[in-house]
Amino acid sequence: MNKQMTSAEAVAHLRDGMTIGFGGWGPRRKPMAIVREILRSDVKDLTVVAYGGPEVGMLLAAGKVKKLIFGFATLDAIPLEPYFRKFRQAGTLDVMELDEGLFQWGLKAAGMRVPFLPARAGLATDVLTHNPGLKTIRSPYADGEELLAMPALYLDVAFVHVNRADRLGNTLVTGNDAYFDHHVVRAAKQAFVSAEEVVEKFELSKEEARFNTFERSLVTGVIEAPFGAHPTMCSPNYGWDMKHLKEYSDGASEENGWANYVEKYVQGGEEQYRENNGGTDYLASIPLPAL
Amino acid sequence: MTTPNFSLAELMIVAASEAFRDNGEVLASGLGIIPRLGASLAKMTHSPELLMTDSEAFLVEEPIPVGPRGDYQPKYSGYMPFERIFDNVWRGQRHAMVGPTQIDRWAQTNLSVIGDYAKPKVAMLGVRGLPGNSINHLNSFFVPSHSTRVFVEAEVDMVSGVGFKAERWSEHMRRDTMGIGLTVTDLCVMDFKGPDNAARVISLHPGVSFEHVQKNTGFPLLKADDLHETVAPTAEQLELIARLDPHNLRSKQLKGNPAGIRSAEQVDV
Repeated sequence: MNKQMTSAEAVAHLRDGMTIGFGGWGPRRKPMAIVREILRSDVKDLTVVAYGGPEVGMLLAAGKVKKLIFGFATLDAIPLEPYFRKFRQAGTLDVMELDEGLFQWGLKAAGMRVPFLPARAGLATDVLTHNPGLKTIRSPYADGEELLAMPALYLDVAFVHVNRADRLGNTLVTGNDAYFDHHVVRAAKQAFVSAEEVVEKFELSKEEARFNTFERSLVTGVIEAPFGAHPTMCSPNYGWDMKHLKEYSDGASEENGWANYVEKYVQGGEEQYRENNGGTDYLASIPLPAL
Repeated sequence: MTTPNFSLAELMIVAASEAFRDNGEVLASGLGIIPRLGASLAKMTHSPELLMTDSEAFLVEEPIPVGPRGDYQPKYSGYMPFERIFDNVWRGQRHAMVGPTQIDRWAQTNLSVIGDYAKPKVAMLGVRGLPGNSINHLNSFFVPSHSTRVFVEAEVDMVSGVGFKAERWSEHMRRDTMGIGLTVTDLCVMDFKGPDNAARVISLHPGVSFEHVQKNTGFPLLKADDLHETVAPTAEQLELIARLDPHNLRSKQLKGNPAGIRSAEQVDV
């Protein structure tokens, strides 16, 4: 069994109009090498599901997104994701704006193959007003409480980035927080995992194996992508690249800013990308942020 | 005792710390420098029972100083990744102090968009965790610049956090899981504990009049029965704040880093 492939082979599974989800959280451990591959592809009309970071802004800027299902979009140190803001304010983007916890609940419901999970989050807010598709339900028990029935968020394809993987699809997230990647892959028909490092077959200690957060039966393909989360953080390997994020962000308010970004950072492929960002020694030295 | 010199930011940190008094063993989340220092000060003084994280994924019993850590070594006591924070939220065992873009007379908050929802004038972060936080646990508010743009006259543009507006709730929804704590601004401290959860000013910062606060608030305010001047930081509190903020990030949180004791003219600039 060998699930290793290139990111181009993974992205070839995408079709126009698919619903795709991303792991990570804001500017943290996003599968950016795969995102750049999607930017190079012809695929369009995607529904993007994410705790949004720069992947959301980049896919919007490239005209790939029909609908965004999100709880937020942020670069943290730069609070407002520049292209998200631009496209949201243009009024052309179809959105399903969810509470962060509801978002998790939707993925979990999909992973459990149930139509919905009940929650209080979202009641008495405009999350209900602006998402007429969200319904409430009465508890069938004595309490009779009215709750929001968060529908399952089924994904056609999920993309996540991890620290280590093997060719069988076993993965380790060795950073401080696994975020919600395990829910993202469980909600998807197919999941493709990029990793800083891919080995033939794991032979781990128990202590290391504890960093495995989802099983290989959920993984369709494994992609070796060193610095594949850059410019987002991949703890403990490297921090987010503020210089790069600022350049990306500034481009949103410049004429041809996005086209320039694509030319400099997307068109040339990953090796060129690492080179244009200062080379691998520099990338490995980007410190983790003090939060 | 001589009154030490203190900044408005330090006064607000102490006021913020009061929001976390007598909360029990809840996870205290201060979002932003002043709220975080407030929660940290609370834990180091009157409320050691509070749970606190390193703002990433680990619990600590000694609050971590803000900014670059230098030689400081965090002492971890447990694990609290985002997913477990959600677990705390759902169970109601958290108190967050957040900085919404808009707050209305019903204590409803907005962090999503300004203007029309379909084509907003300003798109901000998105609702983030506000819907779930606000309906599940205690929430306090931090407002660095008290104005009618924040404290709006009508309902907030996109209700992201729940409040007390009856029309928003059905008879079968549980309202007893929500709670609104203190609102700490650069002018005063308020709560929503007047009749029918009306907003009340409970203390005014030195040099600030009730009329000035009312003028900068889009809805009517009540005076709390024991309306008083916001309590000044003690020398001990100022020393702890300096230790929690060795890079003086607090001095950059409010425009011009005003003094804690201001004349009415200085307030009204």
